Amino acid sequence: MTVQAEAVTADLFRLERVALAVRENVLAIGAGPIGTHVGGSLSATDILVALYFDVLRVRPDEPRWDDRDHFILSKGHASAALYATLAERGFISRDELVTYGRATGRLMAHPTLSVPGVEFATGALGHGLSLGVGLALAAQRALRPNRVFVVLGDGELQEGSVWEAAMSAAHLGVGNLTAIVDRNRLQINGSTEDRMALEPLTDKWRAFGWDVSTVDGHDFAELVPALRDAPGGGRPSVIIADTVKGRGVRHLEHRKQGHFAKLSPEAYERALAALRAVA
Amino acid sequence: MTSTLSAATSDREAYRATLLELARADQRIWCLDSDTGGLEKVFESELPGQYVDLGIAEANLMSVGAALASTGLLPFVNTMAAFASARALEQVKIDIAYHALPVRIVATHSGFSAAHLGPTHHAQQDLAIMRSLPNMTVMTPADAGETVRMVRAAAYLPGPVYIRIGRNAVENVYDEDADFTVGRAVELRSGDDVTIVAAGSYPVVFALEAAERLAAQGIEATVLNMHTIKPLDMPALIKAAGTTRGIVTVEDHSLLGGLGGAIAEAISVHRPTRVLRVGVADAFCARPGTHREQLVAGGVSPEHVIAAARAIVTR
Ligand SMILES: Cc1ncc(C[n+]2csc(CCOP(=O)(O)OP(=O)(O)O)c2C)c(N)n1
Ligand SMILES: [Mg+2]
Repeated sequence: MTVQAEAVTADLFRLERVALAVRENVLAIGAGPIGTHVGGSLSATDILVALYFDVLRVRPDEPRWDDRDHFILSKGHASAALYATLAERGFISRDELVTYGRATGRLMAHPTLSVPGVEFATGALGHGLSLGVGLALAAQRALRPNRVFVVLGDGELQEGSVWEAAMSAAHLGVGNLTAIVDRNRLQINGSTEDRMALEPLTDKWRAFGWDVSTVDGHDFAELVPALRDAPGGGRPSVIIADTVKGRGVRHLEHRKQGHFAKLSPEAYERALAALRAVA
Repeated sequence: MTSTLSAATSDREAYRATLLELARADQRIWCLDSDTGGLEKVFESELPGQYVDLGIAEANLMSVGAALASTGLLPFVNTMAAFASARALEQVKIDIAYHALPVRIVATHSGFSAAHLGPTHHAQQDLAIMRSLPNMTVMTPADAGETVRMVRAAAYLPGPVYIRIGRNAVENVYDEDADFTVGRAVELRSGDDVTIVAAGSYPVVFALEAAERLAAQGIEATVLNMHTIKPLDMPALIKAAGTTRGIVTVEDHSLLGGLGGAIAEAISVHRPTRVLRVGVADAFCARPGTHREQLVAGGVSPEHVIAAARAIVTR
């Protein structure tokens, strides 16, 4: 192995370790008083970790730094993964995660402005990409360096507003905007293709004027370069990240039942053991 | 059927069972879904020909529902109250209400019942919005049993209907089957001093609790369950204004424009009377917490009702 390749491997190993910590905390939140959207948090975890630990130019101690890259979790129901990632990155403390959903805390089940690092309250699906277009446009016109990354659910793409945003992004030529689709192939009622088919998905985005790439959303060796290379040029980019709902916990994977879960103490132990067994 | 509902039955479950029962008997009754989770199990599995899942696309859901209704069908459209009343509002206003089509919008997670899901999922404006639409009947049940009666009554009303229900079970208000007439309030308790008018599950429970505690203080309250917000039961309100010293309204909704607003508007014209409103303060909810915790923080609790009633009686 070359020195360079070794460095890359070490870095991927570091991301894997962070992702494991995030997933453990997603499960801990799921075992809390109100449960959480476990499945979609686990499918988005590696995307969030790659962004926050390799790609985004952000300052945890100065969340509103002018030159920051913007991040919007349009599928706001994956708040557990976002909060756990923000905690690993130092925006909030890890200890705060146990306050999720409690009246004494500030962590709601969808992201709110009271959490450092959150720029928009999301949770009503179909808003994030439009917000991303606005941020990207502001930076572009002001000749500022900010880049914008938006994570969308695949079921979320059924909202018509997503396609209004997509059309406008291409028309306005906001090359500093990157969308990442968490393509876990499930929504609440079942498989996206059975309920309201999205395919051919790459063709749709291409037809709307976007640069499109497809990656394994759980392989940092694919995710990281794709995210690094996406921004730039005259067109917005979308990365279709093939993911697994419930990723990391074998008995929750690919299951619509894992969309939302309130884990009993036994279910939590079982899920944690399953997660660590494959890590 | 009502008597078989346990205290743990939510309005949602009661609604789903009733919808299925109605649809089995009448093929014109359809169920339009928007990835709400559950209807595919209880409804689609049995009556796939009367079921359509439109995916996560509430605006499309409303317009498709309107068009189906225009062909003689009786669609029940399903989404959360926040999305029915805000995201898909123009479709509701024009395609459904303006055309006076018999679409039944059943909106779950109303008021603060989405609780920790936060302001994106709270619906504190839907009564104000929906009752401002011409042709729309607006109702909200007090418990699972009343949900059953309301849904049965709504199925064959001529125009569009908005039914606002919660997320989880609260408490049963009615012991057994009761009469239900659209637009006619139910008197749950009678007293001469003050009238408490409530709509929805927690508000009715809070009103009854407040009335009980007021009685211990020597204040006798009439409690009306105003399950229909539009059209309002004016005879009942005029009677309340004439026989008691004022009206307290209680709702799981913004103070602006909901039940209290509707009653204040109407009573000021027909029989001016003091009206004190107990509702959610004009601010987005800032904290997680349970449905009840958020209501109390927003200004809706038995204590708030008691204070308002005392203010009317002791003036
Ligand atoms: C406008 C809107 N409609 C409905 C919902 C309810 N809802 C929350 S998550 C979800 C399914 C989302 O599926 P997807 O985007 O594929 O997310 P993931 O699989 O990553 O959890 C739905 C319908 C919502 N939050 N917002
Ligand atoms: Mg999905």
